[in-house]
Amino acid sequence: MTKRIWLLAGVILVLALGLVACGDDDDESANTGGDQAAEDGGSSEPPNIAFLPKAINNPYFDVAAAGAEQAANDLGGEFKQVGPSEASAPEQVPFINTLTQQGVDAIAVSANDPNALVPALKRAMDSGVTVVTYDSDVAPEGRQLFINQATADAIAQVQVKLISEQIGSAGGEIAILSAASTATNQNAWIATMKEELKKPEYSKLKLVKIAYGDDDDQKSFQETNGLLQAYPNLKGIISPTTVGIAAAARALASKNSDVKLTGLGTPNQMREFVKNGTVESFALWDPGQLGELAYYAAAALVAGDIKGDPGETFTAGDLGEYTIEDDRSVVLGPPTEFTKENIDDFDF
Amino acid sequence: MKLRWSALLQWETLLVFLLVATFLMGSSIAESFLTGTNLSLATADLMEKGIMALGLTLVIIAGEIDLSVASVAGLSSAILGWLVDRGAPLGAAIAAALLAGALCGLFNGLLVARVGLPSLVVTLGTLALFRGLAFVVLGDRAVSEFPLGFTEFGFNNVPGTLIPWPAVVFTVLAVLAFLVLHRSWIGRQIYAIGNNAEAARFSGVDVDRIKIGLFVTSGMLAALAGVVFTARFASARPDNLLGFELDVVTAVLLGGVSIFGGRGTLIGVVLGLFLIGALRNSLGLADVGAEEQSIVIGTLLIVSVMGTNALRGMQERAARRRPAAPIEGGGRS
Amino acid sequence: MPDSTATAPEPLDAPVLDRPRPRTARLLDVVGRVREVGIALALGLLVLVVAIQEPRFVRPGNIEEILLSVSILSIVAVGQTLVVLTRNIDLSVGSIVGVSAFVCADTMRGSPDLPIPLILILGILIGAGLGVVNGFLVTVGRVPAIVVTLGTLYIFRGVDFVIAEGDQVNAADVPDGFLDLATARVLGIPSLILFAVVIVAVASYGLRRWRSGRELYAIGSNPDAARLVGVPSGRLVFGAFVICGALAGLAGVLWAARFGTVDARAGSGLELAVVAAVVVGGVNIFGGSGTAYGAALGAILLGTIENALSILKLNPFWLQAIQGAVIIAAVTVDALITRRLQRALRKARRRA
Repeated sequence: MTKRIWLLAGVILVLALGLVACGDDDDESANTGGDQAAEDGGSSEPPNIAFLPKAINNPYFDVAAAGAEQAANDLGGEFKQVGPSEASAPEQVPFINTLTQQGVDAIAVSANDPNALVPALKRAMDSGVTVVTYDSDVAPEGRQLFINQATADAIAQVQVKLISEQIGSAGGEIAILSAASTATNQNAWIATMKEELKKPEYSKLKLVKIAYGDDDDQKSFQETNGLLQAYPNLKGIISPTTVGIAAAARALASKNSDVKLTGLGTPNQMREFVKNGTVESFALWDPGQLGELAYYAAAALVAGDIKGDPGETFTAGDLGEYTIEDDRSVVLGPPTEFTKENIDDFDF
Repeated sequence: MKLRWSALLQWETLLVFLLVATFLMGSSIAESFLTGTNLSLATADLMEKGIMALGLTLVIIAGEIDLSVASVAGLSSAILGWLVDRGAPLGAAIAAALLAGALCGLFNGLLVARVGLPSLVVTLGTLALFRGLAFVVLGDRAVSEFPLGFTEFGFNNVPGTLIPWPAVVFTVLAVLAFLVLHRSWIGRQIYAIGNNAEAARFSGVDVDRIKIGLFVTSGMLAALAGVVFTARFASARPDNLLGFELDVVTAVLLGGVSIFGGRGTLIGVVLGLFLIGALRNSLGLADVGAEEQSIVIGTLLIVSVMGTNALRGMQERAARRRPAAPIEGGGRS
Repeated sequence: MPDSTATAPEPLDAPVLDRPRPRTARLLDVVGRVREVGIALALGLLVLVVAIQEPRFVRPGNIEEILLSVSILSIVAVGQTLVVLTRNIDLSVGSIVGVSAFVCADTMRGSPDLPIPLILILGILIGAGLGVVNGFLVTVGRVPAIVVTLGTLYIFRGVDFVIAEGDQVNAADVPDGFLDLATARVLGIPSLILFAVVIVAVASYGLRRWRSGRELYAIGSNPDAARLVGVPSGRLVFGAFVICGALAGLAGVLWAARFGTVDARAGSGLELAVVAAVVVGGVNIFGGSGTAYGAALGAILLGTIENALSILKLNPFWLQAIQGAVIIAAVTVDALITRRLQRALRKARRRA
């Protein structure tokens, strides 16, 4: 009896190890050529760049990854995406350490927290790894370059404008459904939105609550329901996160609510809600282009084409030429507004 | 006596073999596994779990269990962050966090020892309660501004070496735990309580006081782990160390400590701890996600209990077969 | 625990369970009944207090909202009750819900023409399969349920992640018929609530009227005595884990239908809410007493507390702390009552 249990236990253990070791082969991303060991000699070596998004179950970051992979194909470099399943900074740190140990050329990270990642990123840079941030920045000493999708001003302005248009001149109470409370980009945008709301043309709009959905679909869904319950006079919700706006749209649709919704969303996730009227308009940029730009920028740093100083320029494939701003960031461009009219023109 | 000793040695020897095997597997999975920097990082990742495991070992040998350790650590991190955020001096904030841990342990201990509830259910409840309190304290927020010295302690190595500062803390505590458990009268009483609490009580051991003390110790060590974690990640969040109890409990049980109490060694626990650390690190280097890694750890947990059960069964059967031996004084160690 | 080396005696023709039950068990039942009334009273009081502050609380829409949000929890709680009655516990239910939710949603996405009843069966089978693992390790492996299900909580969740590979099934990807599982109405009542009501009713009936149901109580009250008397403890405990898993699997399908968007994290943390609901609902954590409708009542009470927190705009983060507190409170009350009862019985016996 004892021997059988031992045998069974041993088999289970081996199976578990096997499952885990083999199961991972499937999610190792495509090696787009360029054998690391083979090539040698300075800038002609294809770069090995890893992307570390806020969390991995996020369609927005998957689109960005696809763009980055495209850039990797064009350059003959390597690309992979790793990340935590929860959008939390302490969960991103082990990945930074692992990537450093694995000896990647560069890490592109979208940060869950402006400060918490800095020690680990600094250690990575000390080990010779190039560090850029994209989508959500860290404190400047933790990275060499920040690839920004659009200026905080532009992002905030377009969302406040859209909600105001949808609610109408009567105005009313609005709420914001954000992602993680520490997310750098979210807080930057929210701060700018609050400034924007002070303008006289928005005097009838009143921000009553900021809820945090943590970029988790279910939590965002529940937070939206909570907002509807707690604020019966709510007129509009701004959700500057693609996970949040998709969940909020579902929550509003399931209750046949009149509350207006806008924010940042991907056309594919929002198409059904725009067509059935739950959401009239929202905005975004192309995350694929953001990922592509980030990859090119990181590759340029790795190759030594740029140092990350303000005023330097580099070419990002078919995206064209970009110049580094004074704060060591690169801006992709202005956001796009999506409505019923143009939503079918996009596929991401 | 002979069979028991060699049986114990069997378990620790098995662990050493497994550890070596894991190291071999790790280095075949990733070339960077056996490098100094990687082992240093892997050790740093392990130390919070190690500190908690030390406390938990004492509790389990005494026949109880404490599932709330990771939640106490999370609460301690939240309290630390909350106080620092409001401008409290770091020393006071750390002291408050440790005190909170002691109080949590006291709460557990009183419910178990005085009210007489099974520690399993109590600490399952406090697992939820303390974690919930951490969320009440910090809510959705995270605190990431800490004095430089604090975060450097958590993050850096002893100058000139690859030894992380938290490892120094762990080593000191581990030595203390060893002395208490294996070389002091408290340790003997802990084993006695784990073997047969009623008999221990009749021999004059203050079972209740010791159990309460063990829970308080477990709580304080968990709080310390929370402080170290906060320093290492420069981040106080209510969901810090979420789910860590799996690794901590597995390390202790894998180390040969019986879930029913009364047997196990600290050396075994330390071996089990490093086995888990090596497994997670090497799997991580192979880009296996944390949740997938837990498949292996969860399996180890179940298998190690089956193993110690089987071992116990073998020993009991062997003891029954032997002719009656004279009654031995003192507890097993 | 001594090995049962002797073979179990022949079960007597008039099963012991049909004879009058021992005083302790009957008294505990009375206490349990009082507990359920107590929960109902507490619930009523809570509703009254909150409704005074915020009348929207008792609008039919809000009440329906509460019942909807606890339907899934109740179904899992019924399964957990079966396990807890036998003096075991199943912490892996949240992970089972997760695996079932993702696999079923994924299957629906890939084969949208699949008939809905088939998906329900798939979810139940997945859950039952995982329950088999738990049951086997507890009964054959002789590993304490807490250790087994703590381990499988993480193993099953890890397997979920391996299956999902970072993928997410969106509400837009699954056929409307599937989502209707949660939103459709029968006679004006949402189908989700009906599912829960039916399951609670069947379970309550089965525990009271079916022999296996009553034997579960016997196993929890006194495992050794039950075994000696011929109750097939091993098989019944195994069955309890399988049914618990099956119900969690069913809950997983309903979860996917209700939330629409499913990834590998679905159901995380559900196990604590389930245990809280079960113990609050009067199911004794030491086994041997409690009812399925009690567990459902417990779930409703917890759901009402959560809704009240939200509607009164109180800090929602108190919810998990409250769950922990009620577990401790309920267990303490149970222990104190049991001890007092035993002391009273001992005194009565001595006088006799």
